[in-house]
Amino acid sequence: MVPLSWYLALSAVLFTIGAVGVFVKRNVISIFMCIELMLNAVNLTLIAFSSFYKEASGQLFVFIVMTVAAAEAGVGLALVIAVFRNRESLNTDDTNLLKL
Amino acid sequence: MMEQAFFLILAAFAVGAALSVIIQRSPIYSAFSLIGVMACLAATYIMLKAQFLGAVQLIVYAGAIMVLFVFVIMLLNVRKEENTLDKHRYLWLLALPFAATLIVEVLYTILKVTSDFTSLPEMAKRPIIGDSQSIGYGLFTSYLMPFELTSILILLAIVGSVILARREKE
Repeated sequence: MVPLSWYLALSAVLFTIGAVGVFVKRNVISIFMCIELMLNAVNLTLIAFSSFYKEASGQLFVFIVMTVAAAEAGVGLALVIAVFRNRESLNTDDTNLLKL
Repeated sequence: MMEQAFFLILAAFAVGAALSVIIQRSPIYSAFSLIGVMACLAATYIMLKAQFLGAVQLIVYAGAIMVLFVFVIMLLNVRKEENTLDKHRYLWLLALPFAATLIVEVLYTILKVTSDFTSLPEMAKRPIIGDSQSIGYGLFTSYLMPFELTSILILLAIVGSVILARREKE
């Protein structure tokens, strides 16, 4: 039997790695992937608690989080394509103004 | 014992792949590493007896979302990230203390909270909940409203992404 704290620790480590990635990455798509990593870490926490409490709500939250993540990825990548079309670059340093 | 060893192997793979996500310069390698993290997490979900979500994790995350990422990376022909990190070395100096604070804080909280966690006796008697039946039951009874709202969200996302990615005609 794996203790609950191990799952939470793994989740914390993954979340921190994702947060650091958002800080240090320059490429929009890489930043996006780091956000997905953080979402996955939170999902692990929810499922671990749900499984240890034997309470289905946490897993339903994860289900909804996955749907929202899918919607977010769709819209976000469309934005990335639109930005790339205008600026020919994915570097966040080149995209520091809202106007063209 | 066996289970713990298996968990440790999975965790080591997941953390290694996650580190690879932020270390790789080329986004396509980051994406493949992220698929590795998601596969490890799917195995972890199955260890937690959440079989349904383990399958959904593989199908939706690793199968659909990451394919979308890889598709966009290849469509835009993203080359290696230029070595701008040297220009932004202060970001590392900022990020490392930030990460250290975050990890210490979270681990401290986890140890504080979970020390008195397993002492709830009535939990052992409850049935297993990770199958699709209990999740479907929850989705269509107490969480019906969020479920329906999610479908509207998906619809909005479809329309929004089509409009955003469309090439405007002059």
